[in-house]
Amino acid sequence: MIGEWIDIGPTGQISPGNARTLPVQGGEEIAIFHTMDHQFYALVNKCPHKHGPLSQGIVHGTEVTCPLHSWKISLKTGEAQGDDKGCVPTIPIRVDAGRLYLLRSALMAARAPQVAA
Amino acid sequence: MNAPPNLPPAPMGRERLVVIGNGMAGCRAVEEILARDPARYAITIFGAEPRVNYNRIMLSPVLAGEKTFDDIVINTAQWYADNAITLISGDPVVSIDRAAQTVISKAGHVEPYDRLLIATGSDPFIIPVPGKDLAGVVTFRDLDDVDKMLAAAETGGSAVVIGGGLLGLEAAHGLCLRGMATTVIHLMPTLMERQLDEAAGWLLKTELERRGQTILTGADTAEILGADGKVTGVRLKDGREIAADIVVMAVGIRPATALAREAGLEVERGILVDDHMLTSDPAIMAVGECVQHRGICYGLVAPLWDMCRVLADAAVGAPGAGYAGSVTSTKLKVSGIDLFSAGDFSGGEGCEDIVMRDAARGAYKRVIVKDNKLVGAVLYGDTADGSWYFDLLKREEDISAIREALIFGQAFASGGGALADPNAAVAALSDDAEICGCNGVTKGTVLATINAGACSLDAVRSQCKASASCGSCTGLVESLLSLALGDEVKSGPKTMCKCTTFSHDDVRRQIVEKELKAIPAVMQALTWKTPDGCASCRPALNYYLLCAWPGEYVDDQKSRFVNERLHANIQKDGTYSVVPRMWGGVTTPDELRAIADAADKYQARLVKVTGGQRIDLFGIKKEDLPGIWADLNAAGMVSGHAYGKSLRTVKTCVGSEWCRFGTQDSTGLGIKTERMTWGSWMPHKFKIAVSGCPRNCAEATIKDFGVICVDSGYELHVGGNGGIHLRGTDLLSKVTTEQEALDVCAAFIQLYREQAWYLERTAPWIERVGLDSVKAQLFDDPDAVARLAARFHYSQQFMQDDPWARRAAGEDAELHQHLAEFRPFPTLNITEAAQ
Ligand code: SRM
Ligand SMILES: Cc1cc2nc3c(=O)[nH]c(=O)nc-3n(C[C@H](O)[C@H](O)[C@H](O)COP(=O)(O)OP(=O)(O)OC[C@H]3O[C@@H](n4cnc5c(N)ncnc54)[C@H](O)[C@@H]3O)c2cc1C
Ligand code: SF4
Ligand code: FES
Repeated sequence: MIGEWIDIGPTGQISPGNARTLPVQGGEEIAIFHTMDHQFYALVNKCPHKHGPLSQGIVHGTEVTCPLHSWKISLKTGEAQGDDKGCVPTIPIRVDAGRLYLLRSALMAARAPQVAA
Repeated sequence: MNAPPNLPPAPMGRERLVVIGNGMAGCRAVEEILARDPARYAITIFGAEPRVNYNRIMLSPVLAGEKTFDDIVINTAQWYADNAITLISGDPVVSIDRAAQTVISKAGHVEPYDRLLIATGSDPFIIPVPGKDLAGVVTFRDLDDVDKMLAAAETGGSAVVIGGGLLGLEAAHGLCLRGMATTVIHLMPTLMERQLDEAAGWLLKTELERRGQTILTGADTAEILGADGKVTGVRLKDGREIAADIVVMAVGIRPATALAREAGLEVERGILVDDHMLTSDPAIMAVGECVQHRGICYGLVAPLWDMCRVLADAAVGAPGAGYAGSVTSTKLKVSGIDLFSAGDFSGGEGCEDIVMRDAARGAYKRVIVKDNKLVGAVLYGDTADGSWYFDLLKREEDISAIREALIFGQAFASGGGALADPNAAVAALSDDAEICGCNGVTKGTVLATINAGACSLDAVRSQCKASASCGSCTGLVESLLSLALGDEVKSGPKTMCKCTTFSHDDVRRQIVEKELKAIPAVMQALTWKTPDGCASCRPALNYYLLCAWPGEYVDDQKSRFVNERLHANIQKDGTYSVVPRMWGGVTTPDELRAIADAADKYQARLVKVTGGQRIDLFGIKKEDLPGIWADLNAAGMVSGHAYGKSLRTVKTCVGSEWCRFGTQDSTGLGIKTERMTWGSWMPHKFKIAVSGCPRNCAEATIKDFGVICVDSGYELHVGGNGGIHLRGTDLLSKVTTEQEALDVCAAFIQLYREQAWYLERTAPWIERVGLDSVKAQLFDDPDAVARLAARFHYSQQFMQDDPWARRAAGEDAELHQHLAEFRPFPTLNITEAAQ
């Protein structure tokens, strides 16, 4: 992926099984996840269902269970799993020498999904 | 695509090839070129290290005393001479002049080239903490580093290794064998997290600790301490200090790209190369750890060998298909520890885990299958099949035919036909073959038990003990059941979840019997079928362990739901509600003022009296939680646990102090009860109420524990529930004094804590086990109440520690803070959250 990568600090800031948030001025808040298997993912911090803060959900495998009504959202694709329909934008993330980088253009372009009716 | 252009031959009839880096990749590339066309190049190799080429990966055995330097030399001086290679060692190249096609060394040597090969490897990464430049802080990359460690080990003392990855653990192993008291400091919660999952990482940690190393995980280095310019220890961010005579930094590597970057070559993380190892300058090639190929930088030797072959093809003018990247696998070179990891174990859509654990042998095997292909493997304790799995993985072989037997390994799976079907394999066993190693039960005994009427796994377990201990033979017993009974097999009581064949009760019993004290320990000992459990068994295990080992077990935050992790209730808009404890529903003007001030200061959007007789502040942001808690703490208030599977509230009425009907001091008893029970974690939420007379204004008869005061004493009620299925309480007993009421309350709670299943409230628990059983356990033995109450009070010593106070003091601050803030306009600005 070509483009400018923004350094958002050391990986150690997010312990495995947890997520932390990155507010973006003029954009959507981003949730950065660290899975138990030590992968990092970044998504807009709004559940496609009713905008629940995904960063606060339980992380299992490469999914997060939304803390509000337990939709399961794929961290890889942002897609709601099972019978639920909806998708939240993902932001390309890279780990280099113990630091996390987000793709600047995607960070600024990401928009939250419409709340399901 | 970009095969190197053919350059005109050099004056001597040979092209001049200059190699920067006398390491593993540089020399191997030269060997490969010589093997193809020994007469093509006049070769000069520059090496920063003052020695010939050696096998860097064997530095670990050298440190451990298993090998000497001579054993690990790859190319002796004779080899350079025989091949007319000029070795300029101990003199690093300091710049490349691409226009003039020369390299310049530190000593001032200028060497012209027709073709240049950069093979500078990597530099160890040094974490930028105070004290990193002290004498005694070393890295682990070359022979000089090993010599420094050996010199330190001569005088004994203690060593700290920062970094619990492959390199760090090999360093620690060596230093430990050399007699140093060794501590490994690792930032992540599990060792070698890039290669191992939680289960295998835990087994590894346990084994290293058994060998005498101290392993500190989740430990962040704040500073390296020193005196007189020499290292004396390490201080962690949590304040702990560890003495050290030597500190080894093994936190990672960075491709050594400075030369290439300064020469204007295209460099990202590594030097960019194409599939023929050509850089952005067609006269310059690069190979080894310093390169980045298709976005990947490698840190192991196997990929380098592949790179060297394609490089040599191209360098002699016969480019092949090119390099397409490598799949890598890892082994740890620590004698006596067998560990293997390959591929991707991050799971995800369409991935299926197959897990096999052998508790008796301490083995753990996990393979990850996706679209009928093996995509990853993690093996601990039994790595015999590592290369077989790795081969299947690399060849992307379709494994559907051997899927059932895959986890049992090559011998079993490729037995094919009958053996690949576990049922058939079990049928083929003789009657005296042992099925259950833990309890020494043979196939004949199991079959006899089944024929005598045991038609479920559970019945077999209880009647002949087969598979009743670690459970690793469960599959065999199940096969025997289906062989003997076909469809008649009955399913036993519900298992905890799909990760295990054991029920809640079995798991709880074994946690105590086997003294299991960590989630990975339970999963290994009870042969969990998944690598790290699921969202349903993790919180349950966390609770069971907390209940079984109060004061010893370390709570696992990531196994808790958000409300319990944040000690507040999440609301629909992502904000939180805050409910301070209000003992027995009684408050004071000072407390109310403090609540009002907090509501103003943190802009609570709603202040509401709850159904539990206390005040709820709504709309608090997660960043503000520690602040509001600090303010409420300052006014003497603690967490109300309105969010927890724990004691919620003790509702009271005004009682004999004020009410004209009151028979006892229900308010006072309520407060005493809440003071006794607050902070206790339970299988589910637990509510108490004390009413001063049978008019029952505190609604005590729909609570988990309710007291109705009467003239002659206290009626104690249990198992009530509001909620969706309304259930009135059952009368448990009647006592005459407050103390007896408190004792029975403590004993009843402890019984519930020890016996109910996770997420089972008292109402369904009592319906399941029966009121008579609860009564019998409490009252048949006159000492039972005292014993249970004593266990409850013991555990409360550790539980009554206000979680808000700890957070307000800064614990787990990262759960409340943003990582950073991104302000794209007008200037690009990232402010890292205060650390
Ligand atoms: C705040 C409060 C309502 C209020 O404004 O009064 C409340 C609010 C919630 N209740 Fe409740 N319950 C509240 C008193 C009650 C009561 C009344 C009582 O305790 O006397 C009951 C019926 C009594 C009982 O529990 O048996 C009650 C029965 C429930 C139930 C059903 C429990 C059951 O066993 O069936 C749930 C659902 C659950 O726990 O799974 C529930 C769940 C909830 C949750 C946690 C819903 C959720 O999962 O988010 C609500 C959290 C709101 C929040 O953020 O604070 N709430 N809830 C009350 C807090 C009491 C307190 O001070 O701690
Ligand atoms: C202790 C240890 C254990 C390891 N164990 C394993 C293992 O078990 N399995 C595995 O696959 N891998 C292992 N590795 C990794 C493996 O050693 C490396 O992947 C491999 O050595 C990389 O080869 P390279 O030629 O790219 O770099 P190197 O072997 O580091 O060679 C680069 C050489 O270039 C020299 N150099 C750098 N800059 C200049 C310059 N400007 N001028 C002249 N010379 C320069 C350096 O001094 C160095 O000698 C281990 C590494 C270490 C340190
Ligand atoms: S009754 Fe329903 S809506 Fe009201 S607080 Fe309880 S859970 Fe929420
Ligand atoms: S908002 Fe996420 S599940 Fe409802």
